[in-house]
Amino acid sequence: MTTRNRLSTLHVDAGKLDESTAAFVRRAETEGLIDVAYDVMDSPVGRLALAATPRGLVQIAFLLRPVEEALSSLSRRVSPRILHAPRRLAGPRSQLEEYFDGRRTRFDLPLDLQLVRGFQAHVLRATRRIPYGRVASYRTVAARAGNERAVRAAGSALGANPIPIVIPCHRVLRSDGTLGGYGGGLDRKELLLDLERAGRAETETSG
Amino acid sequence: MGMLPPFAAFLEENRAAVYRYLTARLARDEVDDCFQETFLSALRAYPTLPATANGRAWIIKIAERKALDRYRARRAHTEVSDTPDAGPSPDGYDPVLWRQVRDLPDKQRAAVLYRYVADLRYAQIADLMETSEEAARQNVRAALRTLRKVWQT
Repeated sequence: MTTRNRLSTLHVDAGKLDESTAAFVRRAETEGLIDVAYDVMDSPVGRLALAATPRGLVQIAFLLRPVEEALSSLSRRVSPRILHAPRRLAGPRSQLEEYFDGRRTRFDLPLDLQLVRGFQAHVLRATRRIPYGRVASYRTVAARAGNERAVRAAGSALGANPIPIVIPCHRVLRSDGTLGGYGGGLDRKELLLDLERAGRAETETSG
Repeated sequence: MGMLPPFAAFLEENRAAVYRYLTARLARDEVDDCFQETFLSALRAYPTLPATANGRAWIIKIAERKALDRYRARRAHTEVSDTPDAGPSPDGYDPVLWRQVRDLPDKQRAAVLYRYVADLRYAQIADLMETSEEAARQNVRAALRTLRKVWQT
């Protein structure tokens, strides 16, 4: 082996490197250096990326594209100090799992709404009040947000909901009962509505 | 306008190179802590890194600073060197070999590690060493000559 090759093939133990990387993440957590922690989970509506700031859950992204794209957008909009730190997402993750299992009908999580702007904040607040298994129309949500004529604005505010599922924009439909739109795709919206219908039937028969 | 990648991506891209660099630079039992310190410093300063900067050169420079601190602290306390030079350990790490790298003159050692362990280009090495590309090349050549002699016996 040449001297050069010997140097550039310096042995690094992959296991030790991973251990040390994990130890670094724990220390970064302890020292409060992680502005955005993220984790990825599988769900009945596909892979989800969860992201939290120290204030709370800031984003749930349907992973229609590689996770790097979701992280780049968070890097630009929140902070580049982003790390994969699953422990920080343990709460949201387990509540989501319970929800998908039909064992949870409301989320009890601190949210960071820094990605929400202006009228959208009113629309999302109104949306959070729609109970599990129920639906409301875009017009109703616009009215509850303070402007019943802003139906289209309400629609785009919901389309840009940074925390879908937890802020249940899937519960908002057209007045004629058709689905309208959904950021994660209409099949996901339908799946969530079906799941809640089943979950609600169950809670009503058992309770 | 460039954009700073998420730190998670930066870490993934550079962690193996930094670990290799520190393995070459330090006694084996100092590598892990120094690796973590390096990335903690980087994470602290990361938002101020210009998007156009070379991330690899930046993190290797931090690693070198940490390694130097470690080395000085050790020198200040005792003259005891790192673990006695046994033969290669089962995982392929050869302490004798790396001791010889550490014993190179400072500039030669720095240049050769930047080039073949951190995988930097000569322009970046010259930048880090505050010297010309030609001087960086000469240091690498001199280091390789020395190592070739001791490794071939």
